[in-house]
Amino acid sequence: MTGWERFTDSFFNARVMAQYLPKIIDGFGLTVVLALCIIAAGLALGLLLALVRTFSIRPLNWLIIFVVDLFRALPPLVIIVLLYFGLPNAGVELSGFVASWLALTLVLMAFSEEIFWAGITSVAKGQWEAARSTGLGFVQTLGFVVLPQALRITIPPLTNRTIAITKGTALASVVAVPDILGAANAGVSFSFNPSPLTLGAIAYLVLFFPVVVLGRWIETRFAWKR
Amino acid sequence: MDLFLDTFFNWQIVQEAWPILWQGLKATLLLSALVVPLGLLGGIILAVLTTFPSPWVKWPLRVWVDTFRALPPLVLLVFIFAGLPFVGVDVGPWGAVAIGFFLNTGAYYGEILRAGIESVPRGQLEAARSTGLTRGQTMTYVVLPQAVRNVLPDLISNTLEVVKLTSIASVVALPELLFEARQAQSVTYNATPIMAAAVAYFILLWPVVRLLSRLENRQLAGRG
Amino acid sequence: MSTTTGRAPIVEARDIHKHFGHLHVLKGVDLRVVEKELVFLIGPSGSGKSTLLRCLNRLEEPSSGSVTVDGIDMLDPKTDINKARQRIGMVFQSFNLYPHMTALGNVMLALRKVLGLGRAEAEAKAQAALDRVHLADRADHYPLQLSGGQQQRVAIARAIALEPRVMLFDEPTSALDPELVGGVLAVMRELREDGMTMVVVSHEMGFAKAAADRVVFMADGMIVESGLPAEIFADPKHERTRAFISQIERH
Repeated sequence: MTGWERFTDSFFNARVMAQYLPKIIDGFGLTVVLALCIIAAGLALGLLLALVRTFSIRPLNWLIIFVVDLFRALPPLVIIVLLYFGLPNAGVELSGFVASWLALTLVLMAFSEEIFWAGITSVAKGQWEAARSTGLGFVQTLGFVVLPQALRITIPPLTNRTIAITKGTALASVVAVPDILGAANAGVSFSFNPSPLTLGAIAYLVLFFPVVVLGRWIETRFAWKR
Repeated sequence: MDLFLDTFFNWQIVQEAWPILWQGLKATLLLSALVVPLGLLGGIILAVLTTFPSPWVKWPLRVWVDTFRALPPLVLLVFIFAGLPFVGVDVGPWGAVAIGFFLNTGAYYGEILRAGIESVPRGQLEAARSTGLTRGQTMTYVVLPQAVRNVLPDLISNTLEVVKLTSIASVVALPELLFEARQAQSVTYNATPIMAAAVAYFILLWPVVRLLSRLENRQLAGRG
Repeated sequence: MSTTTGRAPIVEARDIHKHFGHLHVLKGVDLRVVEKELVFLIGPSGSGKSTLLRCLNRLEEPSSGSVTVDGIDMLDPKTDINKARQRIGMVFQSFNLYPHMTALGNVMLALRKVLGLGRAEAEAKAQAALDRVHLADRADHYPLQLSGGQQQRVAIARAIALEPRVMLFDEPTSALDPELVGGVLAVMRELREDGMTMVVVSHEMGFAKAAADRVVFMADGMIVESGLPAEIFADPKHERTRAFISQIERH
């Protein structure tokens, strides 16, 4: 075999690819579901924490800041491993999917809380005063005046951070979740050919390349318009 | 509660596992000291290349950068570590991590530095060129120092992510902190070593997180 | 025409055209500046005077024509443009000082990297240049710690430290508060008295009347007329010049 034949036979082996394509597609579905669950729960919790923080209850705010710092400092894989391999030692069994979802949700919650909070604090004090002077209550001011302005400037950093954390779903393969990478890894060990990995890489590019381009577009779109 | 404490905060296990965890921590620091400069180097190369106005340079570079931003780093790492040996290219765990981080981290640093370079006003370039400085000298002495300063929070933030990301090297059996912690856990049947690793990461990185959250707050607040 | 005829030209631009896309901003401009001459370019905004200035050191690439500065063909691809630019100092409307370097650092950079001088020698020359713009005591200040007028004088020092044969000024005082303009103009006048050849794009008509050897009026990418300040301001030949002058004088 020439070098080129050996290369294509290894990485673009049609027979192996055809055999494992269905598994990769299943993995693709699982990755998408996992990603959507993480985004929904992570952003909701992050916004919730940021809103709670506006009430300025000292001990509660300290707790929020600590939790946020904690999940910004810890590597996501360490959290996943702790939940999946650690908890059973204390008699609590989580599935790989739940462990990955919970870990990445906590990470996204932390990062998005920070971004939402920065957005809220960036809205000028005069906006609060103007709204309150017209008789709007605290929650009304927050909901109708402050949040709409805050959310707008948080969109670019939030998009990029969400994409980065969502890519972490590949870490779920470490805890036996048959997502794209998990399915690809299994395919390699059964067929003893790395073509499933090529398929996996392509699947990730299909999933994330448009998202990355979208993130870039959002970043330029929102950059200087306020 | 006792079971919980015994499982996650068992002092005796910490003492037993400490030598191996310490080895892992040192490997993590060494790994960070390797991949951060490597990624920065890749980023500087990409960012400087993108300043060439030709679309024949710009678009291939953009596709390159976006590809490695779209590919999860673990996928890239596994591909290099487990895929390439099939065609006779076996670079080992350290080699795989070095190449993977160079590509992935370089793309991120490259994007940040490009934004930094674009934030330096055109007049700076013109003033430097009008005094006879070459393109390269202008980049080195005038544009890059300002570019780096303008995007310092993003650079620090990315570096934090890179150090955290070194934990995926455990997947390719590189004996860094998380890998050693898992080894210790499998011998002791106790989660304390992983908890200890998590605490080590937190102690190491918390100051950086604090610093960043100050810088970011200031940045966003200044924009509003 | 004036006292300057007969002396060797330092700047000679011939038939300069410049297109930006479909915009034709310079339509065949000739400009000749002799040694120690101070030429003032005036004209309405968009007339192409700044573009012309930037063509002289090739910060802007002319679409066609020729530019010779101190005997060097600026548009010849074989010309080392960085070497050639040492001989042409430029001062910008927005100063363009390097914010991450002190005043002294701003002046020293090209001395060290372009002329290749050692630290001590570069520092001595930079100090001397700052002294000429009366800012020797501000050498350690960063641009943000200086007033606009001081920043512009540092920018002038940055240019003259390289001992250029000619200095180009692109609206050097338009970004300054009125009370800071005087200091910059005083430095420019001293440069002129020391025999520096200068091309100045500016709206400071008082300065033009007092210090210029020749005033060139441009409109729509062409030179409409040129002559002694007294002729141009008191007795312009063309209607366009007259309209422009009277409009400026009213302010």
